[in-house]
Amino acid sequence: MPPQHPVDPPGSRLAALRGPRPPQPYTARKITALTANPACSRRAVLDAAGVDKALLAQRMGYEPRFGQSPFAIAREQAFEALVKWGGYAELIRLLREQLGVPVQEAGVTDLNAVGGDTSLTRRAKETRGLLARLASGSDERLILDRPLLTLEVAGQTAHLEPQALTHRVGGKFYVAEIRSFPAIDGQANPTAVAQTAKQAAVSVLALHRTFEELNLDPEQIAHEFLLICPKDFSNRPYGRLVDLRQELDALRFQLTRLRRADDLALALPPSATLDTDRDVDELDSSVGALDASYTPDCLSFCEMARYCRDEATACASPTRLGGRVRNTLPGVDSTRTALAYLEGVHAPGPAETAAIDQLRAAERLRRLRRGGAA
Amino acid sequence: MSTLAAVAALRATETGRAERLTTVRHAHLDDHPFVLVPLTLAGEACAPLAALAGTDRERPTLLTVRQPRDRAERFRFTQRLAALLLPYIDQCRTAETETYTVGRGAEKEERRRFLRAPQLLVPGGEGIAYVRLLGRLTRLRAVEGPYAVDPSVPALGKWLTWFADRAEFPGSCLFQAMTRLLSAHWATGQSPAEDSHLASLLAWIDPPDGLTGAQAAREAEDPLRFPPAGPATDVVFDQTLHDLMSRYDEAGDGRGREAVGRQIDRELRGQMLPTWELVWRGVDLLRGLPEGGHVAERWTYDRRLFSEYTAYLDEDGRPQARRDHAVGAARRLARLEEAMARYDAERAFDDPLVMAEYELSGEAFTGLVVARDEDRFAPGPRPGSMVWRPTITVHSELPVRLTAGKEVKCPARPGQKAQIVEVVPDGEGHTVVVQLNGGFNRARKPPAPPGTLAEVGETVTYTSVDPKSMPSVLPAEEDTPWTHGGPPEPYEPTDEDAEEIWE
Repeated sequence: MPPQHPVDPPGSRLAALRGPRPPQPYTARKITALTANPACSRRAVLDAAGVDKALLAQRMGYEPRFGQSPFAIAREQAFEALVKWGGYAELIRLLREQLGVPVQEAGVTDLNAVGGDTSLTRRAKETRGLLARLASGSDERLILDRPLLTLEVAGQTAHLEPQALTHRVGGKFYVAEIRSFPAIDGQANPTAVAQTAKQAAVSVLALHRTFEELNLDPEQIAHEFLLICPKDFSNRPYGRLVDLRQELDALRFQLTRLRRADDLALALPPSATLDTDRDVDELDSSVGALDASYTPDCLSFCEMARYCRDEATACASPTRLGGRVRNTLPGVDSTRTALAYLEGVHAPGPAETAAIDQLRAAERLRRLRRGGAA
Repeated sequence: MSTLAAVAALRATETGRAERLTTVRHAHLDDHPFVLVPLTLAGEACAPLAALAGTDRERPTLLTVRQPRDRAERFRFTQRLAALLLPYIDQCRTAETETYTVGRGAEKEERRRFLRAPQLLVPGGEGIAYVRLLGRLTRLRAVEGPYAVDPSVPALGKWLTWFADRAEFPGSCLFQAMTRLLSAHWATGQSPAEDSHLASLLAWIDPPDGLTGAQAAREAEDPLRFPPAGPATDVVFDQTLHDLMSRYDEAGDGRGREAVGRQIDRELRGQMLPTWELVWRGVDLLRGLPEGGHVAERWTYDRRLFSEYTAYLDEDGRPQARRDHAVGAARRLARLEEAMARYDAERAFDDPLVMAEYELSGEAFTGLVVARDEDRFAPGPRPGSMVWRPTITVHSELPVRLTAGKEVKCPARPGQKAQIVEVVPDGEGHTVVVQLNGGFNRARKPPAPPGTLAEVGETVTYTSVDPKSMPSVLPAEEDTPWTHGGPPEPYEPTDEDAEEIWE
């Protein structure tokens, strides 16, 4: 298999941290994870350095339980193949239905590889070339299968691969995402849809940047994307245009808030390493030196979450108990401190007094009213 | 989460065990619940893979699908599930009945309801979603024509949909998820997201000897010892299953294939059996709690709804629509809100630890009766008339935030209407004068019949929360005004529904 990995800029601190292993690509999924928890420097640096987080977590004794079931993979591939069959016939049918404009057959360019070359730079270059041609020229009907777009995030170049980009339909280019979760009676799992919309928004944003760089009119990019998923309990493709304006605004805002990962990495001591082949103690102290922002939500998507959870438990972070407990403890950064306030061992500061008084009242009522309930 | 629950969670992190949130059990637990532990095939919309089901803890029935992509096998699975669940429902239908009356005056009507109702239990919230999907998939099927299925399949679908609908109503116990039941009664020292994992939740509530809840909960996350409670399967297990299923497909007909098939069954059983045990342990723990005062009343309502739905199935029997129509949705939303308010109020009346939440928020107060005026008369509704309105004076050590004029009730005497007359600061707390507007067994003048008027020295609680508050009245479905589209058309399943592909 030819090299699929991005190439580091020379003399990069992040590359040095990662060590000799090839970097992991920076994907749409990583960007959405980062924007979901922008305060997490740990994830920001690990992703920017291209560290294999699953391997890192495993090395530190926290085998992540992610991965995809062979059944799910098989279903996904079968469904994608079905949508793409016959020159994206199903995609064209769905566009026709959803946009109410006549959409005719179109050619397809497979950008999974360019002349047998699957390297990211080559594919990105080819995509840019095609975009320049399609967006400036006359209405050429060409669907881009797996175009490769780039986006600068926190000083890193992310490579994004939407499943497809349509030709100009009614004057607009549409990003299409194919997913295998079902839409039952027109309703799909809202969490899954939201996740896909965020990822599509990253692609649309990357498309905007590319158009700007190529001096093309970004008005040609639709702010909706076509979500394609199986209808009800069948394999028949079902599609809906999903508006992305809110996601795009949120994404743009979050990206401006992100600190550059290299700046975050500067805070690490010179001896720090994130090289997964190094000693566990060394890794532990380096990872520990990066601030994490653990919340229970992390458990559902981040490979490092269980490491961070143990760390949060050790320092008694209230966030580990979930948002609702956290919200009853404004300004208190440890559950041990909160308990000390309850016991009256410590007196809270003026900022915390109101919240702690309420807690003490609750504690007192609990004691008085619990009766025999141990 | 309330502040009291937050304090309980804080305490749990300290003690290493789950802390009680209630003093009593607020849910009905049937003597014979039907437990269902389902598994589905990853990546598919709703492809049943296996289930352990039944009412007998020692002998769960194992249902498996050895080749889940085979449509016929899937319907065989639903047929076998129907063969377990429908007889269980029928047992409740053949149970004895009792008579009750609805309405008043001319509209008074006598109806009958069964003394039993089915109770379906699944391990977690995803189990409820699964039952809803499986119900949606099977209820619209036709029993004749090109894609005919066994009549038990749509019958199962209607019941599963009915169960899933009821599960949304707070206080209804016809269909419950064990994790939800347990987290309503205990607070753990972990997050709600982690509480949705049945094994770690139980580890906090009832840790094994020598371990704290926190330690036991971590161990319970090991998918080898405690496989996921489903319906989603463990990714690593899926690999094993994938290999077995490939071998099953490749094996020619005959003994080799049967042997692989039996191995698939064994593996699947191994994935579900720990969860099956955990659900029953949860049942034990909940049975250990004394039952709250309103639980039987809510179960009576559940039995009534069950009786009504069986009657509907006998008379009409059309399946639930794919989507609610607007009128039905509005009605349902109103009922959900009422059920929520009533359930919250009833729990507070049954349980001082739940009432404490209202005390904290200022909607209730508790104190000692320091004086009473049994012979008090106050001006009545007609000019110049006087009516008997005794008062009691209650001293609360905590500040009282209810104000004069507020109508309140006391959980110890729920039939007695009362009103706050005066609230006076007294030390750290308040002294409250409460006027009693009735509830004296129809007596209109002193003395008050024994027990109806609180004695001096008695501890009483008064609250503005009332479980008997009148629900909003919506017009009957057939009287829906034209502004709202007129009476809605009932849903007729179409041929398209019946022929829906299930791949």
